[in-house]
Amino acid sequence: MAHIGTAGNQGPGIRSDCYVALKIKKSGGIKIILDSKVGALYKNSIRDLAQQILDFYKVEHAELEIIDRGAISLVLAARIETAVKECLESDDEFLLDMILENQHSTEKDHKRRSRLYLPGNSPKLMLNAGIHKPDAVILDLEDSVAPDKKAEARLVVRNSLRGLNFYGAERMVRINQLPDGLKDLEYVVPHYVNLILLPKCETTDQVKAVDEKITQLLAEAGLDHPVYIMPIIESALGVVNAYQIASASERVAALAIGLEDYTADLGAQRTREGRESFYARNQLVNAAKAAGIQAIDSVFSDVADMEALREVVLEAKSLGFDGMGCIHPRQIKVIHEAFAPTEAEITKAKKIVLAFDEAAEKGLGVVSLGSKMIDLPVVKRAQNTINIALEAGLIPENWKETEQE
Amino acid sequence: MAEKFTKNAVGRMIPEKINGKPVIPFQGVHKYITDGKRYAPPLSSSANFPEDGNKQVKDLKTALKNAGIKDGMTISTHHHFRNGDLIANQIFQAASEMGLKDLVWFPSASFPCHEPIIDYLKDGTIHHIEGSMNGPLGRFASQGHMRGEGVLRSHGGRYQAVQDGEVVIDIAVIAAPTADSFGNANGLTGESACGLLGFALADSQYAHKVIVVTDNLVPFPCIPWQIQGNYVDYVVEVDQIGIPDRIISGTTRITRSPDRLFIAELTAKFCDEVGIIKDGFSFQAGAGGTSLAIGNYFGEIMRKKGIKARFARGGSNQYLVDMLEEELIDYILDGQTFDLAGVRSMRENPHHVNTSPFTSYNYHGKGNFAGIVDVVILGATEVDVNYNANVVTHSDGYLLHGIGGWQNCLFSKTVILPIPLFRDRIPIIRDEVTTICGPGELIDVIVTERGIAINPRRKDLLEKTANSKLPIMTIEELKAEGERICGVPEPVKLGERVIAAINWVDGTVIDVVYQVIE
Repeated sequence: MAHIGTAGNQGPGIRSDCYVALKIKKSGGIKIILDSKVGALYKNSIRDLAQQILDFYKVEHAELEIIDRGAISLVLAARIETAVKECLESDDEFLLDMILENQHSTEKDHKRRSRLYLPGNSPKLMLNAGIHKPDAVILDLEDSVAPDKKAEARLVVRNSLRGLNFYGAERMVRINQLPDGLKDLEYVVPHYVNLILLPKCETTDQVKAVDEKITQLLAEAGLDHPVYIMPIIESALGVVNAYQIASASERVAALAIGLEDYTADLGAQRTREGRESFYARNQLVNAAKAAGIQAIDSVFSDVADMEALREVVLEAKSLGFDGMGCIHPRQIKVIHEAFAPTEAEITKAKKIVLAFDEAAEKGLGVVSLGSKMIDLPVVKRAQNTINIALEAGLIPENWKETEQE
Repeated sequence: MAEKFTKNAVGRMIPEKINGKPVIPFQGVHKYITDGKRYAPPLSSSANFPEDGNKQVKDLKTALKNAGIKDGMTISTHHHFRNGDLIANQIFQAASEMGLKDLVWFPSASFPCHEPIIDYLKDGTIHHIEGSMNGPLGRFASQGHMRGEGVLRSHGGRYQAVQDGEVVIDIAVIAAPTADSFGNANGLTGESACGLLGFALADSQYAHKVIVVTDNLVPFPCIPWQIQGNYVDYVVEVDQIGIPDRIISGTTRITRSPDRLFIAELTAKFCDEVGIIKDGFSFQAGAGGTSLAIGNYFGEIMRKKGIKARFARGGSNQYLVDMLEEELIDYILDGQTFDLAGVRSMRENPHHVNTSPFTSYNYHGKGNFAGIVDVVILGATEVDVNYNANVVTHSDGYLLHGIGGWQNCLFSKTVILPIPLFRDRIPIIRDEVTTICGPGELIDVIVTERGIAINPRRKDLLEKTANSKLPIMTIEELKAEGERICGVPEPVKLGERVIAAINWVDGTVIDVVYQVIE
C-alpha cells in the first residue's frame, strides 16, 4: 500500500469540501496541519474528528494535512477515511450517527415525478438539494464521478445517506455498471438507501444480480425494509427486453430511459422533436405498465430553457410517463407543474373519490359513478390525483365540503 | 491606562472615548434626543472668488494646497463610482508627496479599489478612516494596523454626523461626471456618468473647502446642478475620474444560484401571503443578487394581481427601471444608481427621482422617508436569537463590510432579512452576533431556505401566517437546524483593542469592533 493517501478537492471555487493528504510515518506521533476557512469556529472540532478517525484505524504515526473550505463533518470524515484506506488495508468503516429522518423506507408506487441528479463526489451540491423538494435525489456514483474518484465518492455518498437531511425526498443511488456496481451496493444498501438505479441495463440477469446482492446485504445488516431497483434502459437491446427487465424482480419499482446513450446506440442524433426515440419511449412505457410499475423519462439537458422543458414534460406525461430526471434544481418546479393534474382530471377524480366515500358510507361493496362501475385501482389513482392537486394548492384542503354544498 | 467602558442599551460595552473624543453609548431606539444645533461652516464672501465665476485650478494638488491642506485635517470623498473610483487614491498620493501626516479620510464608503490607501495608512499620511472599510482595508484595520479607530456610520448617520458637527470636514473632494468651472455638477452625463451625487450633498453644504473634480468640463451652466457651484471653492479637470463599468458589480445582477433564488421566491411568497403586496404599496430591495431576485418576483406577483407599487426605493438598476417603464411602479426614489440603465432612466424619466441621505435617511431632521416604506429587504452576516443583526463583521471577527443604508432602512414598516441558514459551514443564527449593527426590535422576519422566523413582537404577522403552509419556525428552531448541519461553533477569541466603532443613526455608539487574533 502507498504511504501517502489523498482525497477530496482543492483549488479556487471549491466550497463546502476539503482536501486531505495523509503520510504514514514510522515514528513521531500524529501531526495534523489544518488550513481551514472556518478555523476560527471549528478548528478544535475538525482536529478532534481527524484524531478520532486516525485512532479508529490505529494510525499512530502520521502527518495529516487538511485544506478545508467549509466541509461539514460527514464530508471531512469521508475524505479522511479515504486517505487512510489508500495507506492501509481495512474493511472497517468509520460511521457517524445516522439521523432519524433518514431511517425510513418508501412505498413501491412512491411519487417519482422528479428526481434530482447529484454528482457523488460533490458534497456542495448535496447540502441544499432537499430544500427544492424533488420527489427524489439521486446520489450518483456513475457518469458524474471521474474514474479515479470512484472510491472516495462511495464514502461521501454513504455518509450523506446517513447524515444529510434531504427533507423527505426519496434517497436513490445510481451505481456503476456491473460488475463494479455490485461493489457500490456494499456502501449504500446497509445505510437505508431507498432505491438503486441500475444503468445500461439490458438483461434480466443484471437485475437479478443486483436483487440478490441487495437481499444478501440487507440480511447481513439485519435490515428488512424495501430497497427498490430502477433499471435504466439505454440501448436497443434494453428496449427489446424492457418487459422482462421490468418483471425480473419484485424490487423493480420503475423503468427509466436514458436517451443520450440510446440514440448513440442506434447511431441516430438526439433531436428536440425526439422522433428517433419515439418507439423506445412508447415501448418502455408499455413494458412498465404491463409489469405494473412506473415509467420514467430521460433528463432534459438545457437547464436555461424552462419553456422547452415544460413542453417536453407535457409530452412525456401524454405518453404515459410518471416522472423525469432533473439535472438542476430549477427544473423541479416546472416538472411538478407540468405533471400536475389538469382541471378536467381533477374534476373527474373528485367525482370518483366522492362516489367511493358514498359507497363506503352506505356499506356498498361496489362503487359506481352514474351507470359506470369503478374498480379499486381507479379509485386509488383518483385519490393520488387529489393528493397531488392538494399539494400543488390547486384545490383547498376542505374540497369535499365545498364540493357537496 | 485602562479605558473605561459602559454597557449600552443592547448590552455591549462601549469605551468612553473613540479617537480621543467622548462618545455617547446607544440608549435605545428613539431614546436619545439631542438639543444641539446644526453645524455652521465659516461664511464665504464673493469678494474672494473670481468675478467671472471661473474657479478652475490646474490640478488636484494645487487645489488641495489652495484649500489649505495641513496635518490632521479631515478629507472627504464619495462612492458614486463604487469600485471604479480613481480620485481618493490620488488625493492621498498627493498628500503623501506633500509630506502631510495624520489626515482623516472620511469616505461615504470604500471599496477594494482603495487598497492602495493601506500604503498611506502605513506611511502616516492617514491616521484613520471614518467610513465603511470593505475588503482589504477592513482586514488591515481588523489586524490592528490602523493607528486610530475607525468609525462606521450609515448613509443617514454620515449626513447626521456632518450636519451635527460631529465630523468637521476640512476639505471635501467631489468627483463629478459633469461640471462647469463655477462648480455646478451632476452625475447624469459624461463618460463617467454615475447617476446622482447625493452622498456629497452634506459635504457640499458643510465642508470648509469644496473641490469638484471632473473629466467632463462643460461651459456654464451645467444642468441640472445636483451640486450647486455656490458651495464650491475649486474646480479641477482630469483625464478620468472613474471607471464606469465598475459602478456595476456582481451584486447588481440577479443571482443564478438555485438556493438563493429559492430564498428570494420564498420571501416574495411570504410578503404576498401577509398582504404586503397590495395596490399602492412601496418597497426597497437593495443591491445583492437575492434582493434583486425578490424585486423580480414582486413584479411577477404585481402583474398577476394587476396592481402597482406607489414607489420603490433604489439602489436603482435595470430590473427596477424595467418595472418603472412597464408602469408597475409610479416612482423610483433613488439613492444610488447601480447600473447604466439606472443612469439613463434617471436622466430621461421624471418619475425616476434623485434623492440624498438627507431626504431619505437623516435621523436629525423633521422625519425622513425611511419609515414610509412598507417593506425592505436587507442582508446580514449574522442574526442572534433576539433578532439583533450584524452587517459589518464576519463570525471570525473580521470587519469586511460597511453599513450603507442598512440601519436607516430598519425603520421601514416591515424589515425582512432573507439569508441562507449557513454559508460554508458558518451558521448565520447565533446566540450572540459578533457585532450588533441593528437592534432586534426593528427586525421583523428572517427568511432562510429551511424556514422563516418571525419576531415575536410582530404578533400581526404571526397571526396572518398561523394557518399558512409557509415553513414558519421559531428562531431557536432555525438556529438548532443550522447547528445540526454545521456543528455548534466554537467561541471566537478576539483581542482587547477596539479597532472601530459602529454608530447608530442618532450618533450614539451601538457596538465596537475588536482586533482579531491570528
